[in-house]
Amino acid sequence: MSADYVLESRNLVKAFKGFTAVDDVNLKVTRGHIHALIGPNGAGKTTVFNLLTKFLSPTSGRILFNGQDITPMKPAAIARAGVVRSFQISAVFPQLTVLENVRVALQRKEGNSFHFWRPQRILDRLNDRAMELLTSVGLESFADARTMDLSYGRKRALEIATTLALDPELMLLDEPTQGMGHEDVGRVADLIKQVSAGRTILMVEHNLHVVSKLADRITVLQRGAILTEGDYATVSTDPRVQEAYMGTAAAAEANAQQEETA
Amino acid sequence: MKLSKLHIALLLVALVAPFVLYPVFLAKILCFALFACAFNLLLGYVGLLSFGHAAFLGTGGYITGWLMMNANLTPELAILLGTAAAGLLGALYGKLAVKREGIYFAMVTLALAQLIFFVYLQAPFTGGEDGMQGIPRGELFGLIDLSDNLTMYYFVLAVFLFGFWLINRTIHSPFGQVLKAIRENEPRAVSLGYNVNDYKWVAFMISAALAGLAGATKSLVFQLASLTDVHWHMSGEVVLMTLVGGVGTVFGPLLGAGAIVTMQNYLSGGELGNYIHIIMGAIFVICVLAFRGGLVGELQKLVKRNFG
Repeated sequence: MSADYVLESRNLVKAFKGFTAVDDVNLKVTRGHIHALIGPNGAGKTTVFNLLTKFLSPTSGRILFNGQDITPMKPAAIARAGVVRSFQISAVFPQLTVLENVRVALQRKEGNSFHFWRPQRILDRLNDRAMELLTSVGLESFADARTMDLSYGRKRALEIATTLALDPELMLLDEPTQGMGHEDVGRVADLIKQVSAGRTILMVEHNLHVVSKLADRITVLQRGAILTEGDYATVSTDPRVQEAYMGTAAAAEANAQQEETA
Repeated sequence: MKLSKLHIALLLVALVAPFVLYPVFLAKILCFALFACAFNLLLGYVGLLSFGHAAFLGTGGYITGWLMMNANLTPELAILLGTAAAGLLGALYGKLAVKREGIYFAMVTLALAQLIFFVYLQAPFTGGEDGMQGIPRGELFGLIDLSDNLTMYYFVLAVFLFGFWLINRTIHSPFGQVLKAIRENEPRAVSLGYNVNDYKWVAFMISAALAGLAGATKSLVFQLASLTDVHWHMSGEVVLMTLVGGVGTVFGPLLGAGAIVTMQNYLSGGELGNYIHIIMGAIFVICVLAFRGGLVGELQKLVKRNFG
């Protein structure tokens, strides 16, 4: 029955000195879903991401990918197995060209990445595939531009194209629309919808409008623990979620109102 | 690598130079240029600052020197084995060092280089404080007598060109592409599935072996291998050469080595001899503060302004 789940975490715990950032998280990501991880600042969303991709080692608990225990694996090995993550700050290679960014991802499967005695032009046979990927995110006209000259929104699109180059079974996107203008947010949201076909996406996202549009399932984290789970309608009407998002001010106000009526 | 007009012009200069300047002096520049180019492969293209590259320069020199004096080998074989020894030491040191980053990487390489310094200081075969003197240059392939300085120079030029070509090929290879990705954004390279430490390790080995090649060749030029080459001063000097010339550029280390060696040669003889370290220190500070691109960076700006 665990075959329905691409990724599962079991009793995942990460304790830093003096505080528990992730507390007994049991996350189940259903195959084919866009699964959103939301929660207030400091809820541990990015820490969960870092644990799932082994950029951090969990204090205890297990991580299963397609039912297989990947907890002891190294981050690069997890990426090769098909779990590829993005980062909160756009992760591109600024001095390389846009095309080269995508090609570096395609290159790994060629098996020539240690060949220091061969000319770079043997990578040219990957250019067509790289252009295809760039076209799929609308960057084909920027192929030869230096990546550092791209706008922020385009860098994020490039990052998605680079991730797609690995054809991952599971994509983990850490706040893909963070710091973007209104137009870019819409564009990236559409892009995520488009690339979700045939794969599973787990994303951390602050923009609830994007979440409501994209997510099949939502997990709400608060202080490192799962507060609640469900679809957008369920989660957004949960009073605990509202309180978590409104914070103590709203709670205090509610208290005051209660006192008044009393 | 495409040969540009610049390459051809420089090659012509290198071929004619020994008729104008002292060949041993030029050979010294080429040896240090190769050393700096090897160092620059790590600093400029992987972003790793090694502070222990003297260990590899010195190893190449000692091993080649000892073989020339004791094993009756032809120079090309002795150089090959000296280079291999430096590469092996690089494999060992690199394996340990690439596990650390930034300042810790620099400190690990420095500590390991100090370790080998004391080994060479104590080991009987190196001649300790006196060094290895009177290393014969031998006959290349058993045919060409290298005792003539001009012949020696052209041999060193050939070695340098090979090393320079290999470094450029490495930079512009599929491997070099991954190195640049690691330099630019290491976590992202990991998330694309690359075991970045393995790539750093291979780059470290190549760099160490070529530093060893520079040391091996140098020991034949001067017929001397001494503690100077394994001292941490030497590790610092190669940083200086690379930064003055322009880190992460192809010609930077070559120009930097030329500038520093020339200054050392002409300043140490004159009245300013006692102040040479102060002068070089000042140049270093000025370069780092004002000319971040080094000599090559400034030259490029100049060319752009006047001809661009």
